[in-house]
Amino acid sequence: MNSKKKATTGLKNNSTINIFEMLNKNDNILKDHLLNYYDQSKDLLNKDMSDAVRKLREDAYTYLKNNNLPSKRDEKWRSTNLEHLYAQTPSLDYKPSVYDKSQEEIFVCEVHGFEAQRYSMLNGWYYGPESEKLKIFDNGLIVGSIIEAQKQYPELFNKYFNSVAKTSTHGLTATNAALFKDGFFVYVPDNVVVEDTIQLIKMINKEENMFINSRNLIILGENSELSFLHCDDSINHSPNLLNTVTEFIISENAHLRLNKLQNLNDSTSLINSTFIKQHKNSTSKVNVITYNGGLIRNEIYVDLIGEAADADLNGIYLMDKNQHIDNQVFVNHAVPNCTSSELFKGVLDDKATGVFNGYIFVERDAQNTAAFQQNNNILMSSDAKIDTQPFLEIYADDVKCSHGATVGQLDTEALFYMKQRGISNDDARLLLMFAFTAEVTSKINIEALRLSIEDMIKKRLRGELSICEKCVLHCSVPEYPMEFDIDMSKV
Amino acid sequence: MLLNIKDLHVSINGKEILKGLNLGVNEGEIHAIMGPNGTGKSTLAAAITGREGYEITQGTIEYKGKNITELEPDERANLGIFLSFQYPVEIPGVSMTNFIRTAVNSQREFRGEEPLTASAFLKKLEEKKQLVEIHSKLTKRSVNEGFSGGEKKKNEIFQMAMLEPNLAILDETDSGLDIDALKVVAKGVNALRSSDNGFVVITHYQRLLDYIVPDFVHVIYDGRIVKSGGKGLAHELEEKGYDWIKEQFDN
Repeated sequence: MNSKKKATTGLKNNSTINIFEMLNKNDNILKDHLLNYYDQSKDLLNKDMSDAVRKLREDAYTYLKNNNLPSKRDEKWRSTNLEHLYAQTPSLDYKPSVYDKSQEEIFVCEVHGFEAQRYSMLNGWYYGPESEKLKIFDNGLIVGSIIEAQKQYPELFNKYFNSVAKTSTHGLTATNAALFKDGFFVYVPDNVVVEDTIQLIKMINKEENMFINSRNLIILGENSELSFLHCDDSINHSPNLLNTVTEFIISENAHLRLNKLQNLNDSTSLINSTFIKQHKNSTSKVNVITYNGGLIRNEIYVDLIGEAADADLNGIYLMDKNQHIDNQVFVNHAVPNCTSSELFKGVLDDKATGVFNGYIFVERDAQNTAAFQQNNNILMSSDAKIDTQPFLEIYADDVKCSHGATVGQLDTEALFYMKQRGISNDDARLLLMFAFTAEVTSKINIEALRLSIEDMIKKRLRGELSICEKCVLHCSVPEYPMEFDIDMSKV
Repeated sequence: MLLNIKDLHVSINGKEILKGLNLGVNEGEIHAIMGPNGTGKSTLAAAITGREGYEITQGTIEYKGKNITELEPDERANLGIFLSFQYPVEIPGVSMTNFIRTAVNSQREFRGEEPLTASAFLKKLEEKKQLVEIHSKLTKRSVNEGFSGGEKKKNEIFQMAMLEPNLAILDETDSGLDIDALKVVAKGVNALRSSDNGFVVITHYQRLLDYIVPDFVHVIYDGRIVKSGGKGLAHELEEKGYDWIKEQFDN
């Protein structure tokens, strides 16, 4: 028995070493590719860029050179495996598309009855007529390409750019800083309430495998309000790696409502890092709705640096097949009297895997903090997995904190009750899954948007939410009805 | 015959609970099933409605002349079988209105009828709410969530009134009800009573049978019906308790 054990251990060690060697090798293929591209394209990347951006790129390049890309060996990436991506050399040399047709001709967005100012990015570049790369409104609102913004408003840009994001978070945020080409910029001046939601639709329609780094900067001045709808969509089936960093600055008494909708194809990976800094009496209401995608990691960092700031962070994820979702939420309570709450709910079917890690830091001075965290999951198959963990670090003594996580199946008592009333098995399951998500969607306080999002959830659960050639938010007639379904017949 | 159960044997996890039960219910009849705890009353309700985990090892359940033992619970419901649950289930996030409309329209679809229009549905909803004296606010809430014991039971009868079944099984609908709620429940049942419909009323106590007057009373013991009679039998049981039945059959 002893010798057997030894033999097994020996084998394991050997294979572990081999795997690490392989990982490092794979890591290096992509990393070398990124570094080489930077070396060769530095001038092109820095063309029209301010000194602040050039400096950031150099720092990020150095960081990337000295550090590996994130891997399963890093505690925060333990359950999310990117190794398959590190063996690839995706195209980094993507160019802006010529604006020869309107965004409506590329896709049809049918978020019914919903008033929004729509903007779009195509293949990593701001997409719009040359004369409208940056729109300046009478009330001082500025919306458009981040490149144009740093050219036209250097003072404003330099004041806020990279003031929230941390380049050294990991190799992918560093990559973003070194290699981003374009991004979205919004500036809401003091005392301005933006009536209509600003919607950003990010689309990918290239057939080749691309690694797109985009960088967004959203600034809310004092006493301002903004509703921002951020959609990540595929409009074809080619694999891509999307790496987005978004910074939000929410000044005193300002209010942000952020809804992120993610509907990507099964071969696309999205690493989405959102950094939010909140000043005194500000509020943020964030809902991240993941409908579909091959591998999605959402990192949300909230820094509450002004008293009585409130962050309300919620998410829904509906994954199946071999999809992977990873939500990482970091909330830092730096000052007294702030509140934060997190509610993430997910349904996982087939061999889908998920991760939820919620970090709450309460600094020594942050008395009278209230911080809550909840993660609930339904596993529809025995092969689906979720890894959920809270991390609370509390240094103040007058604090109310709670966290909870559940993993379960659909309630069989409730299913029988519904079926006894004549409701079919499929409909009963659908009603229960939909009800499960309602706790999050009920927090979306723009009714028309909430109804649209709920409608898309129902379609996703019914297997009718398709990614067709023409339209990413295809909210009406399904073209490939069975393509992205949660297969309820199997459970 | 509306319901014809012949030599029914039912096991849960390999343990036999019903051991050769026979019961026939004609259209227009009300049958009361009485008996001590743990003798198979609720198992009978579960077997008729097709609850998972209740294995029929022998015998048949015929409904309107057709053996239904292989049918799914929703198919049985669509054929007109309704169960008023002993413990109604809370379903957070599903509104009563949405739930009952889905149920009504599922059953209509099964019968090849068009779904009820919104206005026709609401009219029916209001009418039936009045019948069982249900507060308007309850239909806006999630199914059974935060309902009191009495409200849950009234809600069962309300759903029965909305779905208009041919065979209704009331599983201890009287438990936990005060006398006023009991009268309301009885009023709902009596309103649905007709020459086409049958009822199986499972109860511990004779009290309910003062308001829902049965045509037949059966005593279930050790998985079989051991005694049947008219409504007088219920009074006899009330007086003597179940011990004399136990003594008679244990020996």
